[in-house]
Amino acid sequence: MQWTSRQTAMAEQGYIASDDLAMAVHLALALGRPLLLEGAAGVGKTEIARVLAAICETQLIRLQCYEGLDAAQAIYEWNYQRQLLTIRAAAEDGETGCSVEQRIFSEEFLLERPLLKAIRQPEPPVLLIDEIDRADEEFEAYLLEVLSEFQISIPELGTLTATSRPMVILTANGTRDLSDALRRRCLYAHVEYPDRETELAILKARCPEVEAALAGQIIGFVQSLRKEDLEKKPGIAEMLDFSAAVMGLGIADLTLDPALLQASLATLLKTETDRGNISTEIAQRLAGQAA
Amino acid sequence: MSRVTKFAARDPGPAARMAGFMAHLRMHGLRVGVGEAETALRALTHIQASNPEEARRALKSVCSGCGEEVERFDDLFDSFWLNGGRVRQKVMSVQTSPNTDDVHSSRPAKTVQTGSGTGSATTPDGGDGEAAADGEGKLVACSVQNLMKKDLRDLVQPEDIAEAEAIARRLGAALRDRRSRRRKAARKGDQIHFRKLIRQSLSTGGEPFCLPRKQRPGRPQKIVAICDVSGSMALYAQVFLAFLSGLMRADDATDAYLFHTRLVRITDALRDKDALRALGRMSVLADGFGGGSNIGASLSQFSKTYARRFVDGRSVVMILSDGYDTGPAHRIGDALAALKKRGCKIIWLNPLKGWNGYEPVAKGMAAALPHLDLFRAANRLADLAALEPELSRL
Repeated sequence: MQWTSRQTAMAEQGYIASDDLAMAVHLALALGRPLLLEGAAGVGKTEIARVLAAICETQLIRLQCYEGLDAAQAIYEWNYQRQLLTIRAAAEDGETGCSVEQRIFSEEFLLERPLLKAIRQPEPPVLLIDEIDRADEEFEAYLLEVLSEFQISIPELGTLTATSRPMVILTANGTRDLSDALRRRCLYAHVEYPDRETELAILKARCPEVEAALAGQIIGFVQSLRKEDLEKKPGIAEMLDFSAAVMGLGIADLTLDPALLQASLATLLKTETDRGNISTEIAQRLAGQAA
Repeated sequence: MSRVTKFAARDPGPAARMAGFMAHLRMHGLRVGVGEAETALRALTHIQASNPEEARRALKSVCSGCGEEVERFDDLFDSFWLNGGRVRQKVMSVQTSPNTDDVHSSRPAKTVQTGSGTGSATTPDGGDGEAAADGEGKLVACSVQNLMKKDLRDLVQPEDIAEAEAIARRLGAALRDRRSRRRKAARKGDQIHFRKLIRQSLSTGGEPFCLPRKQRPGRPQKIVAICDVSGSMALYAQVFLAFLSGLMRADDATDAYLFHTRLVRITDALRDKDALRALGRMSVLADGFGGGSNIGASLSQFSKTYARRFVDGRSVVMILSDGYDTGPAHRIGDALAALKKRGCKIIWLNPLKGWNGYEPVAKGMAAALPHLDLFRAANRLADLAALEPELSRL
């Protein structure tokens, strides 16, 4: 399969990928390597996993990382309550200790968490490890083992090898610097804010009802807003919210009603300082330039 | 494509060329190894390798590992594969490879004292010498960027570094106790360790007789030190630089920066095994040492760039500065407020606070105060050592 056809397939699912990104996705699929995506929040990193799962017609398994994430939540845990009950029941039936032990440490009592679940699927799923930089170094080290061997050792049960190799997508947005070892194992793509044409195509794919002239204004406005000195730049999701708000408020031209425009900025600017920095006049000026 | 590099006829084939390209990347500071070379070759079999643009994108996703490398990759690719047979142009090197002349401590130190003549390195501009007179003296920040190169090795003695290292180790240990979010088996703890419990209760027929516990273990905090080396701080630089290098040698996770009119990251330089050579490398980086001070701008640059990567809720940002700033005062406050939002602790060690009757009246310092977790005096190593109990209370 060619990488351009992969790009087209993604576009059919409503995801407009840049050439660099499409190539990285293509290679990750072709070579069976994990793909590390970095970029600012709101450029559509997580969305790629969803689209890939749709293209490959397979399941999406998601692991959201956070500080303190450990093996019990990421890989597996024993079902302790059931184990306790079984031991009590077995004691009353007079079952031997040895056979009880065999029974309660079998797969029946194992709670699968996302990583284990991903490698135990009959069909290769898409495994999304979201915001890996939020997890701590210990977890990253563990992940390295899983990503290179695709097997998980459980002391009581032995080693479980993958029945299928999942397609792994990792995302990061720079909360913490990732280790070189993890970067080396992955293919890499840096996801940027889209350029004007790409963003127009995204808007057209997601909100086809927006008129061409207004769409141009919206994209121009959002893109020039990103150039301002903001704490949190509006991402693509914000842009789509903004267009929905503009449509909902019945605005046909951004320059016409300053008050309405200012009100709809709630979808784009998410901190108090940013709201303060972009006054009605500045918003008007930006909208004027976009028009 | 006429631009494509013509390789010699005796060139043994694509694998060797790829190895050559990897060597080229390595030479320019990208971290690629044999594994990447193999992946790159395999990647080329999945695309039309004869199309330079496709090959470029494929190799980019294989060989680059962070945003910075992505930006540099295009130039490196062009210079190897598309130079039309011309000599390879040197693109680059962001890698901190300082002038080797200054690195070796065996060579005579470069002490160029004939600088630009705009003010002296050890006294502030226009202070009329009253700075050293008594407890009510004033130090005035100077706005001139001093381009004179000053060798930090003149300032710092090896024995100071050893002492500073010992102190830094103790301070690091004092900062160590920060609760982790994970739990580990412990004699006393707030939660029951179920896995252990089941194991143990097997021997008693499922009756859990004793309850094993788990607890959150302590974790190290990361120290991020930012040291002011502007003219008004020159008197104290000796202590602070020794302290910084000691800090770096005591703890691997520490991060260090210098600023005067701009901000420089010196972590890599200070990691050098030879303490004096590390200082040599640092003086190359700290070009402009002893010049004007621009605390507000440097701190806000820090909070916008490096802090996003290196500062989190487990960090303690340690600022070593006298607070005399040439920029507008509110900038320091704004920068610290932004930094504080990352969840870190901020400690400000001010050498002037040790003076009798010192009040933080400098506008910059006054703006900074509300954002500080600890504001203390420090102008001798002994003062730094005395901080230990206070840090452990943070």
